[in-house]
Amino acid sequence: MMSLQKATLFALYAVLELAEDSERQLSASEIAERYNISTNHLAKVLRDLGRAGLVESVRGAGGGYRFCGNAKRTTLLDVVELFEEVGAGPSNGIVQETNAGVALSLVMDEIEAITYATLQSISIETMLKLMRRRKPMERKISTGLFRAV
Amino acid sequence: MVDAAHNKPGYNRVYIDDHEISIRPAVKADLPDVVDLDERTTGLRKPEYWDDLFVRYGNRKDSRFFLVAEEGETLLGCIFGEVRSWEFNSVPCGWVGTVSVEPDLRMGGIGTILYDEICRCFRHAGVQKVRTMIPRDATDLMSFFRAQGMMAGPFIQLETDMEEEG
Repeated sequence: MMSLQKATLFALYAVLELAEDSERQLSASEIAERYNISTNHLAKVLRDLGRAGLVESVRGAGGGYRFCGNAKRTTLLDVVELFEEVGAGPSNGIVQETNAGVALSLVMDEIEAITYATLQSISIETMLKLMRRRKPMERKISTGLFRAV
Repeated sequence: MVDAAHNKPGYNRVYIDDHEISIRPAVKADLPDVVDLDERTTGLRKPEYWDDLFVRYGNRKDSRFFLVAEEGETLLGCIFGEVRSWEFNSVPCGWVGTVSVEPDLRMGGIGTILYDEICRCFRHAGVQKVRTMIPRDATDLMSFFRAQGMMAGPFIQLETDMEEEG
């Protein structure tokens, strides 16, 4: 149901990839290659993450980016909200002046509230634990929850 | 981190940095400290609630567990939970009622060792799954349970305001 914008998804890839080993430096192209995404787009996202204090660029040979945030305190919501608004309500655009509109808004707002609480409660460190628990081949097939648009 | 000084579920001695922390089932004499801790945590003083909870959980070692963590004689936190069978048509599983930790010590590992120990109690009682229910706006508590590996389960809690009779 929920679709993340491309920039948001790229940011989550980058943050999780870099936070997995905060000593490791990876270039934008290394991360982009791993996820088969646009290097130029990812580079712009990494600059935004840098301004937010989540990653820092390391210059020189072997330079790249590394995670410099607090994995225990940074949540998925913190990252997502750098790139898109969460909680504005998918009921935006629904005609509120009708009974059907009001009823639909109630349902859509419920979905939004659950999404918000979920993203807010999962830290980067918790995500890293999930990543360690599940090797790539064991991952469930995507439900489309985090499909990029 | 864990030194299994006691091998019995509900009893443990755990080291966090230089601190030696004991976990054991709550006894009646713990209640004043538990009430004080709860008041510091929630802002509400509920002695009757904890008395009642102790009567229901404190004396049932087979399926209900009320554990405290302490360093020396200082209470650091507590947790309670129970095994519920066939509720909502679910196979028996452990339910964590709540976990409470001294506010200054949060994110220091006390909640985790209490959670680990109650899970040991649940496993000993024969269940493999553990659940809890959390207010959506209790972000810290939800983050804590998420950090223990909990994900949304197959149930959704529903409620309504009942209409007036008549």
